[in-house]
Amino acid sequence: MSCQSKDIKMANDATRVDTAGVDKAGFDPQRRSFLGAAAAAAGITLAPGVMLYGITKSSPAKARAPGAAASSDVRWGMLIDLGSCDSGCDDCVTACATENGLGGHGRPATDAQWIRKVELKDQHTGNSKSLPVMCMHCEEPPCVDVCPTGASFKRADGIVLVDKHICIGCRYCMIACPYKARSFVHEVLEDQKPHAPRGKGTVESCTLCVHRIDSDQQPACVEACTDTGGGAMLFGDLNNPESEISKRVATYASQQIRDDLGLNPGIRYRNL
Amino acid sequence: MKRVIYSEISGNSSQFYMLVALLGAFVLSALGAAYYMEHHGHFVTGMNNQIVWGMPHVFAIFLIVAASGALNVASIGTVFGKTIYKPLGRLSGLLAIALLVGGLIVLVLDLGRPDRLIVAMTNYNFKSIFAWNIFLYVGFIGIVAAYLWLQMERRLNHFVKTAGLVAFLWRLILTTGTGSIFGFIVAREAWDSAIMAPLFIMMSFSFGLAIYILVLLAACRGSGRDIGDVVIQKMGRLLGVFVGAVLYFTTVQHLASLYATGHAGVERFILVDGGIYTLLFWVGQVFIGGLLPLVLIFRPQKTTGQSSNRSVIMASIAVILGGFAQVYVIVIGGQAYPLNLFPGMEVSSSFADGAITNYAPSLPEIGLGLGGIALAGLIVLFGIKLLRMLPTTLSNAAIDPHHNVGAASRGDS
Amino acid sequence: MSLRRTTFALLAVALVYVASLAVAINASEDEHMASAGRVPVPAIPAGRGDSCVEDTDFMRRNHMNLLKHQRNETMREGIRSEQYSLQECISCHAVSGPDAAPVTVASPDHFCRSCHDYAAVKVDCFQCHASRPEPGDMSAGHRLGSAQPVSPAAHGIE
Repeated sequence: MSCQSKDIKMANDATRVDTAGVDKAGFDPQRRSFLGAAAAAAGITLAPGVMLYGITKSSPAKARAPGAAASSDVRWGMLIDLGSCDSGCDDCVTACATENGLGGHGRPATDAQWIRKVELKDQHTGNSKSLPVMCMHCEEPPCVDVCPTGASFKRADGIVLVDKHICIGCRYCMIACPYKARSFVHEVLEDQKPHAPRGKGTVESCTLCVHRIDSDQQPACVEACTDTGGGAMLFGDLNNPESEISKRVATYASQQIRDDLGLNPGIRYRNL
Repeated sequence: MKRVIYSEISGNSSQFYMLVALLGAFVLSALGAAYYMEHHGHFVTGMNNQIVWGMPHVFAIFLIVAASGALNVASIGTVFGKTIYKPLGRLSGLLAIALLVGGLIVLVLDLGRPDRLIVAMTNYNFKSIFAWNIFLYVGFIGIVAAYLWLQMERRLNHFVKTAGLVAFLWRLILTTGTGSIFGFIVAREAWDSAIMAPLFIMMSFSFGLAIYILVLLAACRGSGRDIGDVVIQKMGRLLGVFVGAVLYFTTVQHLASLYATGHAGVERFILVDGGIYTLLFWVGQVFIGGLLPLVLIFRPQKTTGQSSNRSVIMASIAVILGGFAQVYVIVIGGQAYPLNLFPGMEVSSSFADGAITNYAPSLPEIGLGLGGIALAGLIVLFGIKLLRMLPTTLSNAAIDPHHNVGAASRGDS
Repeated sequence: MSLRRTTFALLAVALVYVASLAVAINASEDEHMASAGRVPVPAIPAGRGDSCVEDTDFMRRNHMNLLKHQRNETMREGIRSEQYSLQECISCHAVSGPDAAPVTVASPDHFCRSCHDYAAVKVDCFQCHASRPEPGDMSAGHRLGSAQPVSPAAHGIE
């Protein structure tokens, strides 16, 4: 296509446009060495003890070059330890609402909620738990299967998104989602966050903070949980055997909600 | 049987124009309701993040299901060769198109982004039954139009059988598709069942025929044309068979679901303590939509003629009301019951997990739905006025020359 | 009226219509941008910095294709380039209102509206996308040009 034959003009942090052309695999040496240093620092900090969850803001995986496409070499996922998830805490919910501009309108039935805290109590034993539930970013998403226009789609790196350019607002994906993860925008919206477009008449759900992931940050909920919450949430690349999350799910038992459906969600829970 | 003559209705009486005006008013109010919903967003309706599909979808699904069933009458004449049904074929095709268009209008106008209809018709995800349905519905209109034309163009009459067969098979696939919208949804316990497709097929037979009977009677009486009780009685008995079949499939659906221990919650909700849904199921669907029509149609008639015709009319009305209740219970009841994410746990959250959602239909939704029915009515009215859809007479003598009075319960000849 | 006469009458009407269209188009092409029609030519505020990511003529004809193509690359494939980032476009082309904050698409001074209102082409983008950079976050514009936002008073027909 014609756009891809143009040189991608890389703007660096200076105020002038740098017109150096980059090749297709495109990387910037300055950035790479910076990331190398960051990774080294992260590795050193993580070494002591398995129980220290993401205390440093290390980048979850190797950096994607700017202008490069998401790739299926990576599969983003989360591990949430319910042992550290407090019933009264909803820092993740607040952080998500702030990050994505989900201002409530005082109408809980129609207000969007991308992540929610669910309180569980075992009917037979009385044991109670609390956990955050959001879009599970399934490997075989039913919402993607049922979308008539293909607006609900799974990106190559496993993030399930809604292409709101072609969403017609039929809400069939909301019907099909076993986790009730999706919300419909029931009113006119103004002053959306530039990094999180959302509009009336389209369906939306947790994007795993794709705008943050693409700039090597953590999802807002994970960051909030780590900073001020119980430290229960860990984000990372499930396809990378060296990542913290892969090691942890290999070592400790973890479950998925409704795993009987065979959807292989990317969100896993410990002590569910 | 004598050659049947079809003619347009004169359609210039004040009643006709008043009816057109009334239906037109409903259509206009539906357009206003759609504009209101689209302009402000869906928060003005009763639909929310839990009950995602509401009254508009109840109306739309009822109309779409009835549309494919309304074509049945033509199919029985063309495909199955029952001569008594042959004069009824043209109105059947017209009604099928009218009901489908009415249903689709409601569905499209309720979309969150109805301005993106072109997008829906040019971007397809073929794994989605919805995408297939778009083809099936639009194709249905084209195929039935062709079928109608072949019926009306006497020189091409020998192609009618093929067209009729194609239309018949197409509507079976279409209704299977409509039922599968629900049957394919693994997430919802009330719907996840293969029986939804055949259940919807039988529902379509039943609702479609009931609506057809009423429309035919209204058209004939309104235009002063004879209609004998042979036609009515035959269709009435057929309606009885269909109603029985719907009851059967409903029974199997719930029995099978009850057998699964895991489904006990949702079955209890629908059948016992779901409030409005339980009421609509037993009183609306089973009694008014099922048992009452059976009694009305099959009880032994002491007299023939008007009273037995009246039974068929009342049975048809009952079937329609019961059918409406059935679609409501399926669509809304299936959503009101919470998803079961954590079996064996009591669940609560800020997003209505574990809680039964209350749904109150709003005026714009009902207005939109009624507009769909009105549009279907307008299409039928204009169709029978502008085109030769209606036979000049359906009296006993014209339809069945060997008919004798007092043998109203004769079997097929 | 007979069929023949009706056909001729319709043809005549069609001919007159096409002829008047041709005259109108011809007339508007002759008059160049600055001269008066009934509707004043819009004053399109200049973006910040020296230049846009493409030249003006290209952008006038192709920005819609760029937007439509780039959105799929970004959304579906995760390709984010700073040059074609929508946030960058909106940031550079932000127009500040009376309170020095950038205006949203509700105001007719908004960059996109200044031309789209004139061309009577409705834009759908801002139902979902923010029509101005986050107030307080003017950093995006620094990368490509000068720091000052443009007020509507600065006309520029490029």
